[in-house]
Amino acid sequence: MRELEYPFDGEELLKKSKKMKRALLEERTDFLEKRIAVLGGSTTHDIIRILELFLLEQGIRPVFYESEYAQYWQDVMFDNPALLEFAPDLIFIHTSNRNVTGYPSLSDSEERVEELLAKQYEHFRMMWEKIAETYHCPVIQNNFEYPFYRLLGNQEAVCRQGRIHFLNGLNEKFYQYARAHENFYIHDINYLSASYGLEKWADPLYWHMYKYACSMQAIPAFAHSLSKVVKAIFGKNKKALVLDLDNTLWGGVVGDDGPENLEIGQETPMGQVYAEFQGYVKAQKEIGVMLAVNSKNEYDNAIAGLNHPEGTIRPEDFVAIKANWEPKSSNMDAIAKELNILPDSLVFVDDNPAEREIVRAQSPGVTAPEIGAPEQYIRVLDRSGFFEVTNLSEDDRKRSDMYRANQERSRQQERFADYHEYLLSLEMEGTIRPFEAVYMARIAQLTNKSNQFNLTTRRYTQSDIEGFAAHQGYITRYGKLTDKFGDNGVVSVVIGRVGKMEDVAVYRQGERPDSGTDGDVLHLELWLMSCRVLKRDMEYAMMDSMVKACMERGIGTIIGYYYPTAKNAMVKEFYREMGFEKQEETDNSVTIWRFPIPADYKEKNTVIRVAEERMEKNL
Amino acid sequence: MSREEVFGKLNEVFRDVFDDETITVTDATTADDIEEWDSLEHINLLAAVEQEFGMKFNMGQVVSMKNVGEMADIILAQIG
Repeated sequence: MRELEYPFDGEELLKKSKKMKRALLEERTDFLEKRIAVLGGSTTHDIIRILELFLLEQGIRPVFYESEYAQYWQDVMFDNPALLEFAPDLIFIHTSNRNVTGYPSLSDSEERVEELLAKQYEHFRMMWEKIAETYHCPVIQNNFEYPFYRLLGNQEAVCRQGRIHFLNGLNEKFYQYARAHENFYIHDINYLSASYGLEKWADPLYWHMYKYACSMQAIPAFAHSLSKVVKAIFGKNKKALVLDLDNTLWGGVVGDDGPENLEIGQETPMGQVYAEFQGYVKAQKEIGVMLAVNSKNEYDNAIAGLNHPEGTIRPEDFVAIKANWEPKSSNMDAIAKELNILPDSLVFVDDNPAEREIVRAQSPGVTAPEIGAPEQYIRVLDRSGFFEVTNLSEDDRKRSDMYRANQERSRQQERFADYHEYLLSLEMEGTIRPFEAVYMARIAQLTNKSNQFNLTTRRYTQSDIEGFAAHQGYITRYGKLTDKFGDNGVVSVVIGRVGKMEDVAVYRQGERPDSGTDGDVLHLELWLMSCRVLKRDMEYAMMDSMVKACMERGIGTIIGYYYPTAKNAMVKEFYREMGFEKQEETDNSVTIWRFPIPADYKEKNTVIRVAEERMEKNL
Repeated sequence: MSREEVFGKLNEVFRDVFDDETITVTDATTADDIEEWDSLEHINLLAAVEQEFGMKFNMGQVVSMKNVGEMADIILAQIG
């Protein structure tokens, strides 16, 4: 819904939220349902109301638990059957500088100030530890915004007794905790309130009349910012930035003006704006965003423009370059297909409103922000938070390299007559092992991001994944794949639960049994693979590993389930290819497959060298 | 702006905020007359009225306002 895309009209959202919620619920049905506990140090009613809109827009349908007014700490620290029963997927702690209880006074010594700081921090740390112990779910915590008045004026941040100095110290302690704890995320309201304008943010009327930490008018900006963190945690980030060229990455039209006459570089103000934008775009690669070009141009002209000596971006920074005279929407579809991602993972940046409109209409799912004038491009993209960073994994930084390696592979493929021979030539090495601590974040990320090659589309948090790893009744495997072109990282995840044949009745309904885990049947609760390793026989290697684990535990039968979604048709017959037999198909098109393990099971994978021991270099 | 015009705009704001096209407010309308008008929606309503008329209520006015008629008086006094 366009009204919810940055830049949005916050006051309209506040006024018409009910009508908009209705419209959002009618727009689609494939929502991801998430249970979110909002524990506030101030009134949270309107935050929840507007947050819901932004989450629905991202395809997440939230169910909320709201603490009583200012009970955030008590709700966690004391027995709370209601919250336990609610079983949150995420806890958001909405505190602000109004919740700081022990500021230093001017007569306090340095030691006393330190003591107060430690005490205030401890209040929060205890609560976070308790949450981790009790609820095992991700936590989002506000940092502290600056107060709206300063007794010491410009010295407020300098003097140890000043409140700004105190809040900065507290924030730093929060950041240290966030760096050391994987499931803990800071919502940076200090930056947000500065960006919004502290004066408009901290309207004392709203605190004293209604106990709001910020003014009503600031709530849409607040909820939007928070929704970015939430959707990133639940795997709803975009993946690729697709850019037009003329008047988007440089000023002028390369085909008409010639590459030497483009506005880019330090010579003119407009040239500087485009140079800064190119730098911003190029830096996106570092956070795992893939870049592509979609431009109406002769290919050679596009390349000449991208090689402009004053520009920072180069043709090799892009994983796909579509410079031709096709409609941009067809190019968009081609890019999605080439990168093996869905159109709703693409963000399209084009200075031309007509092109944006065509792409929106013809390539459903693609986001094409109202990007404004060139000097606004960075702000609009940055505030939109399409690629919100939660934790920077090694895989994120290398993603573009991996896709380029993929393209190398396809070029090679054409030179081999026999596909098997080609696969052998890739010199693939796999690591297939039970879930291990270093990969928990990536495994959880995959369960939230994989849509196409995903048999059951179950979404898990990192704590769920850690739970399966620790549980004796589960057989878990992650698969990593390396070849002569590069490391693909963790690309496949399989989770099986040991049980009895009767458990099929529960799985048939799409549920998971809560009965015991003894028996001689393995139910495959999850099988997914990243599409970047399609047709590499990795699925056979995973199957071999699961079968071997079953045989070691005396399990005789494996049952596979296929739950259809709008996106996973490609694996409808997957279990048949793996040698399973179809047992039944339900009214909801769920299919159930059976694989009795033969005593003389023959390994299916013949092309990947699999190491069962973790390779030294991965440690 | 005439008092009548103020009421016309107020009707629109009330309809948007409470998502109910049948609402028509009068001088005597209070929170008791509109089912969804509770203390939390009241905050949202005041913010929407402020936006519509480009003015701000101060705390004293918020505290003492008794009905929609008084609301209209304050608006008229501020925007002239």
